Amino acid sequence: MSERTSRIGVAFDKARADGRALLVGCMPAGFPTVEGSIAAMKAMVAAGVDVIEVEIPYSDPVMDGPVIQRASDIALAGGVRTRDTLRIIEAVAATGAPVVTMTYWNPIERYGVDAFARDLAAAGGTGLITPDLIPEEAGEWLAASDAHGLDRTFLVAPSSTDERLAMTAAHCRGFVYATAIMGVTGARSQTSQAAPVLVSRVREVTDLPVGVGLGVGTGAQAATVAGYADAVIVGSALIRCLLDTPDEAEALTALRTLSAELSDGVRHPDR
Amino acid sequence: MSADATNTEVPAQFPDAAGHFGTFGGRFVPEALVAALDELALAHQAAMADETFRAEFAGLLRDYAGTPSLLYEARRFSARAGARVLLKREDLNHTGAHKVRNVLGQALLTRRMGKRRVIAETGAGQHGVATATAAALFDLECVVYMGQVDTERQALNVARMRMLGATVVPVTTGSRTLKDAMNEAMRDWVANVDETHYLIGTAAGPHPFPALVRDFVRGIGEEARAQCLDLTGALPDAVTACVGGGSNALGIFHAFTDDPQVRLYGFEAGGDGVNTGRHAASITGGSTGVLHGTRTFVLQDADGQTQESHSISAGLDYPGVGPEHAWLHDTGRATYQPVTDDEAMAAFELLCRTEGIIPAIESAHALAGTLAIAPKLAAELGRQPTIVVNLSGRGDKDVHTAGEYFGILDKE
Repeated sequence: MSERTSRIGVAFDKARADGRALLVGCMPAGFPTVEGSIAAMKAMVAAGVDVIEVEIPYSDPVMDGPVIQRASDIALAGGVRTRDTLRIIEAVAATGAPVVTMTYWNPIERYGVDAFARDLAAAGGTGLITPDLIPEEAGEWLAASDAHGLDRTFLVAPSSTDERLAMTAAHCRGFVYATAIMGVTGARSQTSQAAPVLVSRVREVTDLPVGVGLGVGTGAQAATVAGYADAVIVGSALIRCLLDTPDEAEALTALRTLSAELSDGVRHPDR
Repeated sequence: MSADATNTEVPAQFPDAAGHFGTFGGRFVPEALVAALDELALAHQAAMADETFRAEFAGLLRDYAGTPSLLYEARRFSARAGARVLLKREDLNHTGAHKVRNVLGQALLTRRMGKRRVIAETGAGQHGVATATAAALFDLECVVYMGQVDTERQALNVARMRMLGATVVPVTTGSRTLKDAMNEAMRDWVANVDETHYLIGTAAGPHPFPALVRDFVRGIGEEARAQCLDLTGALPDAVTACVGGGSNALGIFHAFTDDPQVRLYGFEAGGDGVNTGRHAASITGGSTGVLHGTRTFVLQDADGQTQESHSISAGLDYPGVGPEHAWLHDTGRATYQPVTDDEAMAAFELLCRTEGIIPAIESAHALAGTLAIAPKLAAELGRQPTIVVNLSGRGDKDVHTAGEYFGILDKE
């Protein structure tokens, strides 16, 4: 693990000093279009989302529920390419908000792991969240992320053993992603009981910040998760604002409203 | 296994402990599944070392599935092939294909792990029917994911699964075919992994599935090897099989991998032809990538997005292949070639007319490939070659497809 403080690490330090959690908002690149996704992500930043998570659309997203699947399908049907994702990251990073990229592994292998790391760093991306890459298979990515100064966030789950939590956290840089529930992405009516337990287990093995994702969709849920996690990660609920509203201006309004609500939630953690 | 194993380049044990076959295989999965895969790997190892488990599996294969399947000398087909063709009659097993071996093995493992629910993906419905069969026998809850396109094309198999007590879930995401059914089964598994076993249908997916499925089907080759020695007094010159995910091919190849004089041929679904882009030939027409938890050959575009496969055979219509085949290709131990829809259907017709056996269209790819290699092999050896063909399944399920292809269905 590197001692270097990453860009996202600075944001975590500041949030910690302010006694709040970071809000991470996820959006698939190229959904509904390349320009549309840039506009959506900028609107999220303007409305209080601290960190943008750009998901590279993939044909076979096994960790994602129906909302992100649909959005990814729309992006792919629109012809979005991996290099468009890099352009989107660059445009959003220019707002000053840290931009982290979530991607299934095959698009990165296909691009070339080192080449992607180089281009991601040049675009201003902070690093990768890799939902189907475990540290044991990540040799090439460990080397490329070191070479290009990128963060790497592997996932931990309620089913992870203590040994795996320690091993996985030791390979992370930036933050650790705790999957709050055993299941795929998608907003749920109740947040997980397993998540606080998992977060405290992670804290026993690392000093890195811990983000919690899967299932958060309202300001109240964000406040609950902010009570025990360093970052609240929201995807499907934000994406649904765009899926459910065909009119672009109305959709962006809905997106801003929800972003502001979530942003308020992470600023008033339940403790 | 083989007493005359002289090929020291092939280590005794593959894959390695982490599930790698050379640079292929491994685990590309959400962390949430790792604990279940570890549990499964341990259960698999313990079961294979347990006399009681092995005896129970062997008893089920014999008394329930009807194995060992026959090795039948197809004389009239042989005359047309210019080779001595021996058919490994997996089509005669209960449920009509080699797949029953895998589902019985995995159902036993499910019980051993104390799980009460199995899920499965299916394309044409054959693996779904086999899984529903084993679930009925073992009194397990069974949910089968099937692409909506396939539930419409294979309505009879949907009915069979329901008769056997399974729930069939049509999958409406992505291309609505086998690969999407597999995605949906993975999603179910992530959410219900404590009480559920994912009964995967082929020697693909994350470790330990490729090794585990191979171990449950490798009896095909062990039987065929002994039967061929009994019948001919020698090992065959070649062993052939069709390759989609590749379980029937691995099943028959494995007993011969240490016999360097036995050539191994896998025939992929060439669809309209590999050069047309409309095919399912992952090894001969794809490239290295990661799909469904394993590194292997994949049909993909320049950005690593999975491409749709095309084949007249629903059972071969998959854009990936088991990682052990990728490795056998890489090391040169097995040879992979595409067979087009038309070539497969010509061989299908030939077997019907010469032997009175209606093969699965999948297996017809192995027959067509055999017809293609026989003259070359004869020329190379300077004598008539002996070829063991894995007739992996029967063609009852394909009557409608084949009837349409040949234009022999009466118009309504």
